[in-house]
Amino acid sequence: MLSRTADALFWMGRYAERAGNLARGMQAALRMSVLHQAANQAEDWRHLLVATGAEPGFAARHAEPTREAVIAWLATDPANPSSIASCIELARRNARSVRTALTVDMWESLNDTWMELRQRRATGDELGFFLEWVRMRTLLFNGAAVDTMLRNDAWRFVQLGVMLERADNTARLLDSKHTTLDESGPTGAVEYLAWQALLRSVSALRAYQVLYNARLRPRLLAELLILRPELPRSMLACHAQVSAVLEEIAREGGRRGACHDLAAEGHARLRQARIETVMEAGLHDFLTESINRNLDLGRAISEFYLGSGDA
Amino acid sequence: MPDAPTAFDEMLGPAGTTHPATRAPYAGIAAWLSAQGPETLGRKRAEAEALFRRIGITFAVYGEGGDPERLIPFDIIPRILARAEWERLSRGLAQRVRALNMFLADVYGAREILRAGRIPEATVLRNAAYQHLMQGVKPPGGIYTHVSGIDLVRTDEDAFYVLEDNCRTPSGVSYMLENREAMLRLFPGLCAAHRLAPVDHYPEELLETLKEVAPPACRGTPCVAILTPGHYNSAYYEHCFLADEMGVELVEGADLFVEDEVLYMRTTAGRRRVDVLYRRLDDEYLDPLAFRPDSMLGVPGLFAAYRAGNVTLANAPGAGIADDKGIYPYVPEMVRFYLAEEPLLANVPTFLCEREDERAHVLANLENLVVKLARGSGGYGMLVGPQSTAAQRAEFAARIAAQPGDYIAQPTLALSTVPTLAPQGIAPRHVDLRPYVLMGREVRLVPGGLTRVALREGSLVVNSSQGGGTKDTWVLDELPIAAQGGSQGATQSQSQSQG
Repeated sequence: MLSRTADALFWMGRYAERAGNLARGMQAALRMSVLHQAANQAEDWRHLLVATGAEPGFAARHAEPTREAVIAWLATDPANPSSIASCIELARRNARSVRTALTVDMWESLNDTWMELRQRRATGDELGFFLEWVRMRTLLFNGAAVDTMLRNDAWRFVQLGVMLERADNTARLLDSKHTTLDESGPTGAVEYLAWQALLRSVSALRAYQVLYNARLRPRLLAELLILRPELPRSMLACHAQVSAVLEEIAREGGRRGACHDLAAEGHARLRQARIETVMEAGLHDFLTESINRNLDLGRAISEFYLGSGDA
Repeated sequence: MPDAPTAFDEMLGPAGTTHPATRAPYAGIAAWLSAQGPETLGRKRAEAEALFRRIGITFAVYGEGGDPERLIPFDIIPRILARAEWERLSRGLAQRVRALNMFLADVYGAREILRAGRIPEATVLRNAAYQHLMQGVKPPGGIYTHVSGIDLVRTDEDAFYVLEDNCRTPSGVSYMLENREAMLRLFPGLCAAHRLAPVDHYPEELLETLKEVAPPACRGTPCVAILTPGHYNSAYYEHCFLADEMGVELVEGADLFVEDEVLYMRTTAGRRRVDVLYRRLDDEYLDPLAFRPDSMLGVPGLFAAYRAGNVTLANAPGAGIADDKGIYPYVPEMVRFYLAEEPLLANVPTFLCEREDERAHVLANLENLVVKLARGSGGYGMLVGPQSTAAQRAEFAARIAAQPGDYIAQPTLALSTVPTLAPQGIAPRHVDLRPYVLMGREVRLVPGGLTRVALREGSLVVNSSQGGGTKDTWVLDELPIAAQGGSQGATQSQSQSQG
């Protein structure tokens, strides 16, 4: 496969996934702000800004993280390169440049989303519908990929982008809530609401009950989102995919590089971790290291497969 | 009762017939058209528009924000040729393309046709389309014109003329395929009632053609790629479409590099050698080291790799000399010279003002002729005799006398018409036909081609930029008995359900 094609597929997958993840995160924050009318409302939105790495850009343009300002910045502002609208724009731009590597179903699902986006509003009471629409469109796009793509390198580079982005998203979401997951902290109704919202944002509320059949507890919640292989959005499940997909690409193409070792290491680190040690050593440190490892892995993949070197 | 046709109508017959009888290939369509009320046809046109808006989305997508120029109107009434008519045309097309290819091999080789005096040397060698770098280069199989589009017009039952040859990078074949796809979806019953010769295998034939012309040293299955100028090019959709249909890479200049006179593409598995490049990029942009040095679209060193025989370019650089306006009048002569055959397809009679007797004829008949610059383009310096003033004719007479070699003249042709759904109902509209001719080890054609139709009443201009549209072109393997209704498909037993 052409490196340019692989690059576009990888980033198409990442941006489409990022749009969906952001919508999920915003749905959770919206729910929090609706149920939790009291004091710290702006705090929920600020957490989301931090989690998506959009805080510096926001702070440069806005004094206060008011609800309206944060929502506009995250949902539709083209000045934010990670807003939902920007992610959809970038996903489609990448898709368009490699139209032949996609199936018609994938292209149409993404292109229809892009066209409809311009008629959608994400303000006031429309926000909830908007976020739900984005989530459904992302599910449709992923479904089109799973159901129609030939299992070749095109499929693998899309998957690689989607899975790396998803692993990163789960780590960032958890990290943005790490203070409420402090086991020595308060465990009141507000914390409970936050944990519920966190689980909802990765479609894992029911999964928690099925696997643990217990009240929400920070330790189990962290274990579910980091270490349980059964949950498709857990960090372990995503990194297992990243590593497996890279191995498949290497097997077909006959070349290995630093990215393969980094991916295998990252996977092993999660597979061997115990939640007790993670919590004792500190959740925030563990997640920060995970996010940094994701950055290194992304760079290594770019250098080895997606760059324009003559090798 | 329809009016008497003013030009040869492909459904109703010769011009001026007062009681036109439906020509046999159109029997099914005529019956179908008369059975449909205007509201049904209107509804079908709306369905076609909806369908093409969908496809149109795809066209417009590449034009940034829905450029309406990219939506070429589609007419739902097909243009029909009988198998016998097509066979005649296809023999003529194959003959013509063979001669054009031999001409290219000759003018870039031994130049026998020039030495024999059959074409003036200056007409070829001083032509801007003559590519001096190609002198002495021998492409694999001696093939220069891998893909040609030959524009044909019809004026009567048996009168077809070649209006122009396109030997560089002819486009439009994706419309031919999409139009058929649309007809099969919109009118499955009507299509099933006709014995339609299929066209869907065009991409397969193209790929076969391209593989056949791989460099002789190529081992294994040749690696074929399509070179596109990128998504800002108006034909980008077609480039994608063909790459997709053939299952080959669509590459841009930046995806390619040349090392030791070998062409490679950058892939996730490292470099991969490219054996055949179907380039949809003009000669001058191919290689900044050989042609325009400011080209950002090409590949430095590509021409050297080509000359070394390590990669095949389709079509060959310099193939444009074969479709030049100044060369066109000599194509029948090429057929006689190279093939020792009489041309099966006629040129539009063309008078060369550089020849004394023909010049005299032109000057005496200016009010009936179209006078064109032999090496001009865009209609500049053109005289349309029937619409000209005496002063304009006098001016052209003077110009022709001063620079006779610059001018050619042709009669104005009454292009055939085909019934077309106009806003006020079914009406005759003028058409042309562009069949695509593939040349590898053998010559291949898919039956039909792209029919372009001038949608404006009386207009002879079929170009999409000037109100032209397209129609599906049907070649019928058997003449229709009568139009049938929608046929019933074979039935299947019911699927199993949960017990």
